[in-house]
Amino acid sequence: MGTQVSIFIQQIINGLKIGSVYALVALGYTMVYGIIRLINFAHGDFIMVGSYVLLYTIPIMVACGLPAWTAIILAVTACAAVGVTVEKVAYKPVREKGTKMSALITAIAMSLFLENLAQTVFGASPKPVGTIFSFPNLELAGIKLNGNTMLTIAIGVVMMIALQLFVKKTKMGKAMRAVSEDGEAAILMGINKNRTISITFAIGSALAAVASLMYCASYPQATPTLGSMLGLKAFIAAVLGGIGIIPGAMLGGIVVGLVESLTKAYIGTLTGGVITSAFSDAIVFGILIVVLIVKPSGILGKNVGEKV
Amino acid sequence: MIDVKIPKEKKKGMIINLAGVLLLFGVLVVLCETGMLSNYIKGILMVCGIAVIMACSLNITVGYMGQIALGDCGFMAIGAYTAALITKAMESGGILVGAGAPNTLRFLIGTLAGGILAAVFGVLVGIPALRLRGDYLAIITLGFGEIIRVIIQNLKFAGGKGFSEGQAGQALIGINRLADLYVVFWIVVLTVVILFTFVRSKYGRAIIAIRNDDIAAGASGLNTTFYKVLAFTVSAFFAGIAGGIFAHYIGSLNAASFGWLKSTEYVIMVVFGGMGSLTGSIIAAVVLSALPEALRSFSEYRMLVYSVALVLVMIFKPTGLLGTYEFSLLRLFNRITGKSGKKLADKKQEVK
Repeated sequence: MGTQVSIFIQQIINGLKIGSVYALVALGYTMVYGIIRLINFAHGDFIMVGSYVLLYTIPIMVACGLPAWTAIILAVTACAAVGVTVEKVAYKPVREKGTKMSALITAIAMSLFLENLAQTVFGASPKPVGTIFSFPNLELAGIKLNGNTMLTIAIGVVMMIALQLFVKKTKMGKAMRAVSEDGEAAILMGINKNRTISITFAIGSALAAVASLMYCASYPQATPTLGSMLGLKAFIAAVLGGIGIIPGAMLGGIVVGLVESLTKAYIGTLTGGVITSAFSDAIVFGILIVVLIVKPSGILGKNVGEKV
Repeated sequence: MIDVKIPKEKKKGMIINLAGVLLLFGVLVVLCETGMLSNYIKGILMVCGIAVIMACSLNITVGYMGQIALGDCGFMAIGAYTAALITKAMESGGILVGAGAPNTLRFLIGTLAGGILAAVFGVLVGIPALRLRGDYLAIITLGFGEIIRVIIQNLKFAGGKGFSEGQAGQALIGINRLADLYVVFWIVVLTVVILFTFVRSKYGRAIIAIRNDDIAAGASGLNTTFYKVLAFTVSAFFAGIAGGIFAHYIGSLNAASFGWLKSTEYVIMVVFGGMGSLTGSIIAAVVLSALPEALRSFSEYRMLVYSVALVLVMIFKPTGLLGTYEFSLLRLFNRITGKSGKKLADKKQEVK
């Protein structure tokens, strides 16, 4: 019985770990959606960009005598630059001229572009990322706690609190909320809308870079399609919590992470082997479908009627 | 007056189109029979045919209904597996086995069954999914597509050698390559004709009305849910047919190849060609399928180039290259024989 409980707790911790990665990525989706009503399909690929930057900068940092995690500074800068460039070059012209549909197609196209560019430049085969953290494992009442896992969760929590404070307390955060509420009215109030959107993209992409650090600390491999599934699941997390709502993204990320980890561990025994852990992706998508059908505004969202 | 006039013009159009298709088929037969087409070229033509069916059927949802669906390959997978398993079962049961007509008939039965099952799933997926629209619909169809793929991957009878010796997580192998180029040609023609008449029918007009304004269409007495599900189901049916052809052309199926990235390739074709133009879809499907084969060194950078081109198209012509333009042989014929389209329009005005 004792081992059963400790395995269960282990699964919960694993779920929290991957959940906090999803939450950080979901924050990026949610911020962008909140401000320009666009699902940024390329957001998952920003994580991929981040992981390749880490792949190449970690050896440099180590060679300079700095700790490996300082590579994150370069990754954050690179991701923010990519995010802002994508917005300026592709999304902005389409947003000004086209419809919602053409914006969505552009987002899909940018995602394909980044993935295929990475494949051309770095090759399709996965590449190992150097060790980022090496913390000793803790042991608490018979439960093994992986140091890296605990740190990943801690970083996630800190980032979320910092972002929440930024959006609620600073002037820039106020501008973001104003633009997402009503873009035209925000311009009339003297807010520079385009600059606010760019900063939102920069912050969202920077969060993706941090997520890539956390992800690579647990799964140290960089592939061109790394961001694809991760991005989709994070998007599901954002929808689950209520898209456009920051606490919702965190909640959604944690829930998706927990569900994924627990279904992987227990679904086989619970259903007598009918549904195996190979179905875990399908189950996460199943959650999305149920949420979208039952309450499309998400757990924390309010239902808004449609105006004619 | 009008009642007599229009059918005459319509009849003329039908005769001209039939002549055009027969001419095209004649060229194909001559090229094949004289051995001018290698098996490699025939393979490319087959892929083009499958792409034409996929792009045209997807255009119903994406172009005419104005909603992005990213799960079309899920329906293609259902069609492919159903068709393959049915022909396999018929072979092991000794039904309709033999060269020539029995083979073709078996292929047609399997493919039709694949289309029908895909349509059934189209209804089942469409009813909940089509309550949403825009980006949410894109995501939910993606979700359904991925779920279909994962489930097929884990079905025992859809892997390995099929029903009797199935194994989950494996490719389905040993499908007889029954897809004949001539038969596929006629399936493609039939698909295009059906879709063309569909979008011009009362149903097609209703779907276009819903694209233009969902709420206004509902207020005008259209049952919007019904028409949306209908459009989605028609798309799914032909995706299933395309899947059936694909299975019997390629000979082995792997569920992993029906992911959402494959679906986006067909969406790209529709968007390039023009959302709301079947002509555009046909051209884009043929060009985008044949181009990577023609330029081997290019195929590596294919998706890179497509994605850039896609963004450019979205910036400069958001409705796609052809917009809603449709090519018409009748109009061309009239122009050549001196009756310009404008004159005809004037005549119609006079009649009124």
